[in-house]
Amino acid sequence: MTTPTPIAPQPGDHHDLVENTENAIELKEVEGLSQGRIVLRRFVRHRGAMIAAIVLLGIVVLATTSIGWGPIPGWWKHTPQDMSPIANPRGAPTLSFSGGLVVGEHPFGQDNIGQDTFARVMRGTQQSLLVMVIIGALATTIGIVMGALAGFFRGHLDNVLMRLTDMVITIPVVMIGAILGFWVGGASPVTLAVALSLVTWTSMARLVRGEFLSLREREFVDAARVAGASSFRIMFKHMLPNAIGVIIVNTTLLMAAAILLETALSFLGFGIRYPDVSLGQLINEYQTAFATRPWLFWWPGLFIVSIALCVNFIGDGLRDAFDPRQRRIPSKRKMAKG
Amino acid sequence: MLTFIGRRVLSSVIVLLGATFIVYMLLSVALDPLEDLYASSAPNKEQLIESRIRALNLDTPAPIRYLLWLQGAGGCLIGQCDLGSSWVTGQPVINLLSSAIPSTLQLITMSTFLAIGLGITVGIASALRQYTGFDYGVTFMSFVLYSLPSFWVAVLLKLWGAIGFNDFLADPTFSTPAIIGLSVVGGLIWQAVVGGAVRRRAITFAIAAAATAAALAFISISGWLLDPSLGPVTIGLIGVAVAFGVTALTAGLRNRKALYSALTVVALGLALYYPLQFAFQYATFWLIFGMGLACVLSGLIVGFLFGGPDRAQSMRGAAITAVVVGVFIFIDRLMGVWYAYSNSGRISGRPIATIGSQTPGFGGNDFWVLTLDTFTHLLLPTIALILISFASYTRYSRASLLEVMNQDYIRTARAKGLPERVVTVRHAFRNALIPLATIVPLDIAALFGGAIITERIFAWSGMGSLFLHSLEARDANPVMGYFIVVGTMLVLANIIVDFVYAALDPRIRVNA
Repeated sequence: MTTPTPIAPQPGDHHDLVENTENAIELKEVEGLSQGRIVLRRFVRHRGAMIAAIVLLGIVVLATTSIGWGPIPGWWKHTPQDMSPIANPRGAPTLSFSGGLVVGEHPFGQDNIGQDTFARVMRGTQQSLLVMVIIGALATTIGIVMGALAGFFRGHLDNVLMRLTDMVITIPVVMIGAILGFWVGGASPVTLAVALSLVTWTSMARLVRGEFLSLREREFVDAARVAGASSFRIMFKHMLPNAIGVIIVNTTLLMAAAILLETALSFLGFGIRYPDVSLGQLINEYQTAFATRPWLFWWPGLFIVSIALCVNFIGDGLRDAFDPRQRRIPSKRKMAKG
Repeated sequence: MLTFIGRRVLSSVIVLLGATFIVYMLLSVALDPLEDLYASSAPNKEQLIESRIRALNLDTPAPIRYLLWLQGAGGCLIGQCDLGSSWVTGQPVINLLSSAIPSTLQLITMSTFLAIGLGITVGIASALRQYTGFDYGVTFMSFVLYSLPSFWVAVLLKLWGAIGFNDFLADPTFSTPAIIGLSVVGGLIWQAVVGGAVRRRAITFAIAAAATAAALAFISISGWLLDPSLGPVTIGLIGVAVAFGVTALTAGLRNRKALYSALTVVALGLALYYPLQFAFQYATFWLIFGMGLACVLSGLIVGFLFGGPDRAQSMRGAAITAVVVGVFIFIDRLMGVWYAYSNSGRISGRPIATIGSQTPGFGGNDFWVLTLDTFTHLLLPTIALILISFASYTRYSRASLLEVMNQDYIRTARAKGLPERVVTVRHAFRNALIPLATIVPLDIAALFGGAIITERIFAWSGMGSLFLHSLEARDANPVMGYFIVVGTMLVLANIIVDFVYAALDPRIRVNA
């Protein structure tokens, strides 16, 4: 991210007058800054993405500290498994906003056997986030390696790798995910995440390949080769940083899709299974209780939507930050004022 | 060109073979058909295991079993399909597929068309109103829809869409605050869509809010929802509005011949309203289908007869209007059986169904009642599917129209004095659809796999259910059958996309 890449006008880009003046303003603003700084600055200015980043951070902190992670204890009084006497009738949530915020004993309510929904949802959020992050990291890595090799070496290797990608793409993700989940089912979320990473790297591989095909024709690659750099050094030290924008944006999209995939599989019963908890598994477990205890259904869904929405918004902000062509144009009213 | 096709098909076949091999091997590892026997306490356990191993040919290594399976599947090319049979039920996979595919098609057809139509419309409107409140609203909505888990939406729809609405039907009246609230929301949406200066927005808001309020009050007071109907007068009004709208979009209101031909079609439809009611008594699917074709034809003929320098425009506008009027007459007739349907014994006032594709044991063979029954069952899954795919079409069409609108030739078109309508509809819109034409075939092919989750929640016995049931029963052959259909569709769609792209965009050359 801190690679100092000067912004040179791309050959073949044609700017009209308006764009030129806008670019002049933009260039003046970012004069003398590294690419990382420029991207950070643009990202911070993207209001939706910043709000999303803060909310997501809040969810992560809440989920990890409240019930603790692994051996580390959390500050919340209940664990996902323990059963306590039902506080409200039918275990309704004690969270209320009438007369100030009242958290109470079971803010998200309880299920029919007295388990605390807040603790369970937090546990589910942990698991779903864990799966999301592992898939994001692993699938991105596989995709980058595949795409970089195919795009850089071209020829037969490219053919073989891309046919392999085509094969995996031909298999619908939910289908192969369900089969893999059925196979490793009941195993830890880490195993599930690794299995799912093996089928979700394809779009990243295609994207990176395309980037590398165009990057390898650029002068700096020739310069590096003349200077005696090895192929791997050129690929990962010189070319990869130049493709980092698309990669990061695609990673966020991949992660948003990953959390939806994991929750969907867990809902179908092929992902994380009882007695382990995930957000999708909670919805599956409680879907019949909707009419009598709707809170059991609301909260896990709300957390899935919030996480996916935040990740999507962050991706949108990153795209705007990395790709100045899609920059936000001030509204007519603002133009008139300025 | 021929070489290109040949190479493309060959590489697709290789990809498909590889993919089926991967899936077959995965299934052979993941599914153990002996699992239930290992756990059983039958006295002749060993014997049972032995016989099942022999029946399923489990002694043979999986790659060789794959070749045997492939041999049967390869027979499909010469008309002798043998995809094996399910060992649980003993049914041939071909039979399972041939009952699942029509069911899935029934489920996805309408939702696909509606999602594409709605998504493109909203995306275009949002692009034309870039950086307005409406655009931001649509963008935000599409992000939310992207992030919604489909299973969550589907269960919510069941609760609100079906149970809530059915409860509401017991006493279908809106309270005054509800009417006011909905009218304000309606007015706000319309003024955002229409846009313009403050004065124009205010007028739009007032008209839209008043119209919404009037419609809701009418529905509430007359109990319209219990026994809905449109009648010739409403159809006529809608028809005239559609005629003006379609003409404004396709030909411009200045083109009087186009406008008159569209209006003539509306008049024709109204004149045929009562005769059609008589013909509807003998309705079958094919009769309705023929009538739809007749609508298109009559529109074309009317447009042709009006003539003028630009016949094609009149013909197109009139044909679209004719189809819309025809659809409304159809809906009107369908509404006619609503009261009888929702009060019949099986339904008893709760018409919106939550599971299955038809009411079990629902007697009668009246075409209209059965169609309505199908519609009430399709309603919720269709909404669920639209909500899922609508967002991506909106995003794609918005992005591609924005890109096209910034091209030089659009500026040229404006500079030579073409009206904005012609620039948008003729020059920009068509080219903006090219990227979409490459996504739609892939989406349709993917949908052949059935909406696995939607089918599960709404208990629809299509391809998705076939897959899930077979997987849960550790039954590999139906899963392979499922995959060969979906995979073939995807591979075909990919080839089609290549050609569509080359056909639509002359800059792309197909080189051998």
